[in-house]
Amino acid sequence: MQFLSDNADLLWSAFLTTLSLAVVSGVCALVLGTVLAAMRVSPVAPLRGLATFYVEVFRNTPLTVVFFFLAFGIVQIDLQFPSRFITAVAALSLYTAAFVCEALRSGINAVPPGQAEAARALGLTFGQSLRQVVLPQAFRTVVPPLGNVWIALAKNTSIAAGFAVTDLTAALQRLANANADQLLAVFAAVVLGYLVITLPSAWLIRAIETRVAIVR
Amino acid sequence: MSTSVLFDLPGPSARRRQRIGTAVGALVVLGLIGLVLWRLGANGQLQPDRWAVLFDPASGVPQALGDGLVNTLAVAAVGMVAATVLGALLAVGRLSDHAWVRIPVGVVIEFFRAVPLLILILFCLLFLPTVGVPMTAFRALALGLTLYNMAVLAEIFRAGILSVDRGQREAAFALGMRKTQVMTLVLLPQAVRRMLPVLVAQLVVLLKDSSLGFIVGYVELLRTARSLVEFFNFQFGSQYTFQLYVAAGLIYIVLNVVLSQLARTIEKRTRSSSKTAAAKEIELPADVQMGGGGGPV
Repeated sequence: MQFLSDNADLLWSAFLTTLSLAVVSGVCALVLGTVLAAMRVSPVAPLRGLATFYVEVFRNTPLTVVFFFLAFGIVQIDLQFPSRFITAVAALSLYTAAFVCEALRSGINAVPPGQAEAARALGLTFGQSLRQVVLPQAFRTVVPPLGNVWIALAKNTSIAAGFAVTDLTAALQRLANANADQLLAVFAAVVLGYLVITLPSAWLIRAIETRVAIVR
Repeated sequence: MSTSVLFDLPGPSARRRQRIGTAVGALVVLGLIGLVLWRLGANGQLQPDRWAVLFDPASGVPQALGDGLVNTLAVAAVGMVAATVLGALLAVGRLSDHAWVRIPVGVVIEFFRAVPLLILILFCLLFLPTVGVPMTAFRALALGLTLYNMAVLAEIFRAGILSVDRGQREAAFALGMRKTQVMTLVLLPQAVRRMLPVLVAQLVVLLKDSSLGFIVGYVELLRTARSLVEFFNFQFGSQYTFQLYVAAGLIYIVLNVVLSQLARTIEKRTRSSSKTAAAKEIELPADVQMGGGGGPV
């Protein structure tokens, strides 16, 4: 315990890094994923193709490889992220957006056709029926899968440690290398850090789900 | 719902708008591709001799990438076999009638799903040697992948076992089979068959996750590409950097797409065969596909 309180500063700032990584990339992934999902159901073929291509590529690429490209490969097309943190956010968002898109699309597919037909019969355009009728229902059905994507994202932030971001996992490596006798305490503290993020999220998701669920 | 319900059968003006939209969309897509190609070309990344190195055996690159690929496949294979066996055992344990089996097994499953995969691997790598278990990067990676995926697969198997018709189980009991026999002779074979597509899909995730070996120093595909880059940088500057990274990324994508396709084929076959015709379609949830220790807590 003495040991952990000695390193409380490092652990606390690492925890905040992990948390902000998860929150910022979660928001970015949600926005990008929604755009992708809208593209995948749109009548415009090239956009549909582009979104499908994006999802297939990112779903089949390991997150580590995505990180790797943004950290080392992207320099070759004259792009450079201002900091390691932003590189990590970009990698996590780009990767997670593909899964957000798939979750949303399954939600859109779960909306009964009658809803969209009714919207059409009322004379709503594609954009209107998507925004006002289909997407709100889709969002409410996909609260559990989206929540799970978010939890997976929170755990996946640990990969940023391999790319020089000082998050919880990086703190773990640093503390473990310096204090071989305190390994278990270090691991317990770090795992607790992740659980502090994921467990309340799981509860919150369940609470939201029961609030907004659509009884069909 | 098929997406076509979202928009009407287009009339003349809607068709015109769609054509315009299609053209603009195509232009945007082509423009993006063109922009990237232009930047790459301007940096000389598209010169054929830079890419030739990937296929030139004299440079040693194809061999090294091949070795990296074999290492990746090796750790994935070990993880997959071990995780499948342990996962099936855990699934049976979690369905046990005895609370003293069911509850601890449940705790084990939930624990390994709640911890990030990288932390599990680091735990194996750093902690196990201190209690006298000799560790290498390969073992730590295989063990971490096994522990995480066995928990995921256990839940998948459990869903499969529970999805077998009640009548099967009742009939087996009525024939006088014991609980073990019912499980091993009647329920598990049907569950495994039903779960085959999901098992293959999980292999894709496992293969993706094996790239975490890059972080713990296991010389898999990605780490091989990195060390090749470092080696070439020393001799020729960063001439081949981009090409090697692209090659490693492409190998992963091709491999995973092939495996995903395989999963789809198996799924179609199992669904069309009469024996499992009634099987419900069980999809791998998005969070599990994300790898890295997803899953509900």
